[in-house]
Amino acid sequence: MNLLFHISDVGLATMLDVLPIVAVLAFFQIAVIRRKPASLRRIVTGFLYVLLGLTLFLVGLQEALFPIGEIMATQLTDPVFLGVEAITVDWRDYGWVYAFAFAIGFATTIAEPSLIAVAVKANQVSGGAISVWGLRLTVALGVAVGVSLGTFRIVTGTPLHWYIIAGYAALILQTWRAVRVAGSIVPLAYDSGGVTTSTVTVPLVTALGLGLASTIPGRSPVIDGFGLIAFASLFPMISVLGYAELSAWKAKRLKQRARDNNGSEQ
Amino acid sequence: MFAGILSLLRLILGSLRDLAPIVLVIFFFQVFVLQQPFPHLERVIVGILLVMLGLTLFIQGLEMGLFPIGEAMAHAFARKGSLFWLLAFAFCLGFGTTAAEPALIAVAAEAAKAMAEAGMVASDEAAREAYALGLRMTVAVSVGASLVLGVFRILKGWPVHLLIIGGYIIVVILTFLAPPEIIGVAYDSGGVTTSTVTVPLVTALGVGLASTIRGRNPLTDGFGLIAFASMFPMIFVLLYGMAMR
Repeated sequence: MNLLFHISDVGLATMLDVLPIVAVLAFFQIAVIRRKPASLRRIVTGFLYVLLGLTLFLVGLQEALFPIGEIMATQLTDPVFLGVEAITVDWRDYGWVYAFAFAIGFATTIAEPSLIAVAVKANQVSGGAISVWGLRLTVALGVAVGVSLGTFRIVTGTPLHWYIIAGYAALILQTWRAVRVAGSIVPLAYDSGGVTTSTVTVPLVTALGLGLASTIPGRSPVIDGFGLIAFASLFPMISVLGYAELSAWKAKRLKQRARDNNGSEQ
Repeated sequence: MFAGILSLLRLILGSLRDLAPIVLVIFFFQVFVLQQPFPHLERVIVGILLVMLGLTLFIQGLEMGLFPIGEAMAHAFARKGSLFWLLAFAFCLGFGTTAAEPALIAVAAEAAKAMAEAGMVASDEAAREAYALGLRMTVAVSVGASLVLGVFRILKGWPVHLLIIGGYIIVVILTFLAPPEIIGVAYDSGGVTTSTVTVPLVTALGVGLASTIRGRNPLTDGFGLIAFASMFPMIFVLLYGMAMR
């Protein structure tokens, strides 16, 4: 019974969330385009699927995984569990925190619906050259490294903007090279930064950040708790560009080797 | 009928594979690292079944509803040939989807609290609420503006990386000028604006435009809208922090 209440609650919230989008689409469709879209019935059914799907998805996460994940984040950052004395902070004592951050960053990104959407579209548009799973795994690895590094930053209390600025510098250098060897991937790489942080990742990662910032002496949750999301959106861009460079380099080497072999045969 | 059941089964299996990592991670840390029993096992199993079903439906609806309407509207605007209405649509889509975004409402409230504690905002209820509302509207306008620029870029065929790198350089410069309390919020605000319904719609819009307009490549020109939508809020929130000082 409780579950039914929960479903109707979340369903209502999702509907309110989607309402502005539907309103904008309907207004422009009716007032500006003034043409009924082909297969309107199918599109409306699709929207209902999306509404129902998101609702069940959120209810399930809130019933099953978020409560444990959030408790877990506080327990793992508990000084008693880590065997840390409350006065000094040594970043080496927090190994399990980095491991958890890495694992949860990776796992939540694999389950992220908006990343699935972008990966499916990229696969269609590239005619299959970009594989759905290749992109999703690369992005997930980026988020994992990012969130892990983000927890390290909270533990050490170093300023957020130095990490982010260094990340931007790396990104700019990578872009500059990738434009020449794998230019078509650059916009997709930038997009993958924005899509990683939504329904699944944000609640768990935020809980981890706030838990960490409130248990470590000398950290304030309101100042140090923010920033993990920024790491989670910066690092996938770096990992996707890195992956593109790597495959371009491999392709070039293969070609080179084929040419060398041909040369030695003649 | 049989083929329909088979494809549904395949979709459900796909969702199971998407969820396996997160279930494994939580199980591993609970049982082996924290060494605690798994609480409410039956609730967890029901929850996981709901998540699977939900993800399956969402992906089905994506292909039936969100992708087609995004592309259909892109084609219709391209045929109509009115730049004004296309850009107005882009702005409304960005503004409308962001202004009511629950994640943003939460972050704005947190930010107002943080600023009040730092003494940057008067700590009474009204001042905090006004600050949070201002922040939310700033982010919503910035997402609207980002889609306008993003769509305009697709029409003109400007390379995305020059605009993005330029934007990041602005972010870095503003970081040194803005009050330190707003920086974490500003950086995070880029991530919370792009919701699960907006992303497929905006992606389909971009790809649809790029494939309709002659001389544009859907891969190089169609993607990039999300990137603008995550970068603009950072710039606007940093500016907001400076203006409200």
